Amino acid sequence: MADLRNNFVGIKSPNPFWLASAPPTDKAYNVERAFKAGWGGVVWKTLGEEGPPVVNVNGPRYGAIWGADRRLLGLNNIELITDRDLYVNLREMKQVKMNWPDRALIASIMVPCEEQAWKAILPLVEETGADGIELNFGCPHGMSERGMGSAVGQVPEYIEMVVRWCKQYTRMPVITKLTPNITDVRKPARAAKAGGTDAVSLINTINSITSVNLDTFSPEPSIDGRGSHGGYCGPAVKPIALNMVAEIARDPETYGLPISGIGGITTWRDAAEFLALGAGNVQVCTAAMTYGFKIVQEMISGLSDWMDAKGHRTLDDICGRAVPNVTDWQYLNLNYVSKARIDQDACIKCGRCHIACEDTSHQAITQFVNGVRHFEVIDEECVGCNLCVNVCPVENCITMEPLAAGTLDKRTGKPVDPNYANWTTHPNNPMARQAAE
Amino acid sequence: MGTTQSGILYGRLPLAEYETNFSDLHPPLDRHEALVASDRCYFCHDAPCMTACPTSIDIPLFIRQISTGNPVGSAKTIFDQNILGGMCARVCPTETLCEQACVRNTAEERPVEIGRLQRYATDVAVMENKQFYARAAATGRRIAVVGAGPAGLACAHRLAVKGHDVVIYDAREKSGGLNEYGIAAYKTVDDFAQKEVDYVLSIGGIEVRHGEALGRDFSLADLTEQYDAVFLGLGLAGVNALRIDGENAEGVDDAVDFIAALRQSKTKADIPVGRRVVVLGGGMTAIDAAVQAKLLGAEEVTICYRRGKEHMNASEFEQDLAASKGVTIRHWLQPKRIAVKDGKVAGIELEYTTLENGKLTTTGETGIIAAEQIFKAIGQTFQASGLGALRMESGRIVVDEEGHTSLAKVWAGGDCVLGGEDLTVSAVAMGRDSAESINRAFAADAPRASAVA
Repeated sequence: MADLRNNFVGIKSPNPFWLASAPPTDKAYNVERAFKAGWGGVVWKTLGEEGPPVVNVNGPRYGAIWGADRRLLGLNNIELITDRDLYVNLREMKQVKMNWPDRALIASIMVPCEEQAWKAILPLVEETGADGIELNFGCPHGMSERGMGSAVGQVPEYIEMVVRWCKQYTRMPVITKLTPNITDVRKPARAAKAGGTDAVSLINTINSITSVNLDTFSPEPSIDGRGSHGGYCGPAVKPIALNMVAEIARDPETYGLPISGIGGITTWRDAAEFLALGAGNVQVCTAAMTYGFKIVQEMISGLSDWMDAKGHRTLDDICGRAVPNVTDWQYLNLNYVSKARIDQDACIKCGRCHIACEDTSHQAITQFVNGVRHFEVIDEECVGCNLCVNVCPVENCITMEPLAAGTLDKRTGKPVDPNYANWTTHPNNPMARQAAE
Repeated sequence: MGTTQSGILYGRLPLAEYETNFSDLHPPLDRHEALVASDRCYFCHDAPCMTACPTSIDIPLFIRQISTGNPVGSAKTIFDQNILGGMCARVCPTETLCEQACVRNTAEERPVEIGRLQRYATDVAVMENKQFYARAAATGRRIAVVGAGPAGLACAHRLAVKGHDVVIYDAREKSGGLNEYGIAAYKTVDDFAQKEVDYVLSIGGIEVRHGEALGRDFSLADLTEQYDAVFLGLGLAGVNALRIDGENAEGVDDAVDFIAALRQSKTKADIPVGRRVVVLGGGMTAIDAAVQAKLLGAEEVTICYRRGKEHMNASEFEQDLAASKGVTIRHWLQPKRIAVKDGKVAGIELEYTTLENGKLTTTGETGIIAAEQIFKAIGQTFQASGLGALRMESGRIVVDEEGHTSLAKVWAGGDCVLGGEDLTVSAVAMGRDSAESINRAFAADAPRASAVA
């Protein structure tokens, strides 16, 4: 049985599944339910400074996009940080931590970019017994207009400055939450590291408008006929998040910096992929908001069963395992040749591979063979692009099969070269230089 | 309170039960159900379902239009190919046409519900009376259409769209043909057949003359003389006889008459039915009659077919439907004699059959099924007079692939032509294609526009 216990910058939890700072972690009632369901930890919904709490809109706070059968693929929200009194939150946090000593409880914090503001709140949080703090430099809506959230996360100097204050005024581990609404996520990560952060977490939500109401011409979610960009999350953002996690994991300047992976994690598989790309644990929100807290049970059993099947005993066995395989395009092996193969027994003859290839790619899949509807790859034309695999509705019906070294690539008329060769040394590259790898 | 008395009686059921029994066989999909069902379509390329449809409706496109919240656009996609798409959605044997071809069968043995989705879209358009077609400028051409059934209506509509004027002659009181008189009541409730006729005719330029029969009130020669072209879309008016003793006894009826009477009855409570009923035949008509006899309160309904299950023209779905309603289907039984008592049917003696070297023969064994009512559903024939020198073969009109008959100005389609499939949807296709052919013929012999100085 795989050991799922997680130790993230010294914060221990029975499994690597934390609930991200968001509506599901706004109060004791929800968090208690989450812990009962099996979540390993929660990042409490972001606390603001002492005083009258923020107010939220009273119209819709969420917008969404859906896939087939109205499966929720992407969610956006314009909810702000907690709109409850700071001390109510602190009291509840303290009580919950006492009730659940084995679970991780992290306080997310967002106060103005002033040293005094941070200095004031940190001891209050520390007093709750929280295991650590997460600096919310990510929220892209509302608070950013007031110089907080992503407004800080978009300026590396501010990140470094605030992290430094936090490290100075608290003994608690500091996790810096990054916004994806920037050009190069390595910059804020480097800044956080320079400030002394213990870890980064990412991604926060992405600026977005989910849809436009075509009757009223208002963006959704619409508040009295008008809308604002909200933070996008859910399964649709996972690929963006995976890339950003990997960028930080493989950046020599931040290499080894612990990462809490966030962004569209919905199943154990998603979680395992984040871990493999260098995350030390994961945070989940949209999946819980879509299906309830119970989904963690699928995540726990799925991850555990997969680890058992593959012989991985602890999370350390899988964390970062995919990182060395992430590289730049220029280092990809141009001598690797694969061709699509269609399993005729699995093929349902929908023809989507054919029309995708015929209309938009390389005319490499037949529609008829000897007058009969039959979809088959034409090796002479197939560039191995994988589009057919992606559009086929039957999993594993079409696969990409590598050609063994020495076999003839019918498209080029040349045998497959057994040697690795990339763009840096390719004769067509005017800047050809010695391969770096 | 109903009755289980013997004899052929009406009012066997409490009134409310008739309503339940004859309600919509496949209730319409609501919007949510339609969206869920449409999500299952893969939008296949050169889709097999489309190829399987005799009218070649662009099924992937109309389903995608439903899934994107555009049922009206979806209806137009359907009507572009099949103006009677509403009825076809109800009566098509989709399980042997589009839905059989659906690729989802291969993976899951559960096709996309194409028929019900088609009904969803067409219902929206028909109920809201959304009209998609405007008539082209009047051409001055006049066409006579004989028969206001699916073939005739489809032909007339397409001709009207092209700007021609059409007169439809129909022997019966109402338009619709088999859609009005020949389909089980639970397949087309709420007088949909007439609503659809009204929808089709609202294009304008089509006059319908009811109670006028070819051969009785006019001849084909009369029509070719008066009109620029003629389309024959007649149904099969003749019913095959049993040619056995007792056939004329009281209680031996034609299934088609029974089905028509049911359709014309509002409550169904006024349609008499026997306590024990035997239906002879193996096609859709036999099933429609048997199921409805059961729904009217008959205690025991048996279909007797002289060949095996695999030879039945009724689809698997229809056979299952009959079984689910409590109808017994017996095979390899051929009627030998109708037992008559006091001039009324008392039962039927049947002889067992078998196939010997591919030929049907009787085995000599017999059995008797007691019954008060016997429905004949052993096939219909094309019975028409006044056709003159029109070329016929095997009792049907011979046409080429465009629907053109042996006479220059005469086209034909539907059940009356040789080689048809006896399906509403095939009749629609033939009517539509004949209209196009007629239109091309007009264009070919149109006088060149003269250059007037």
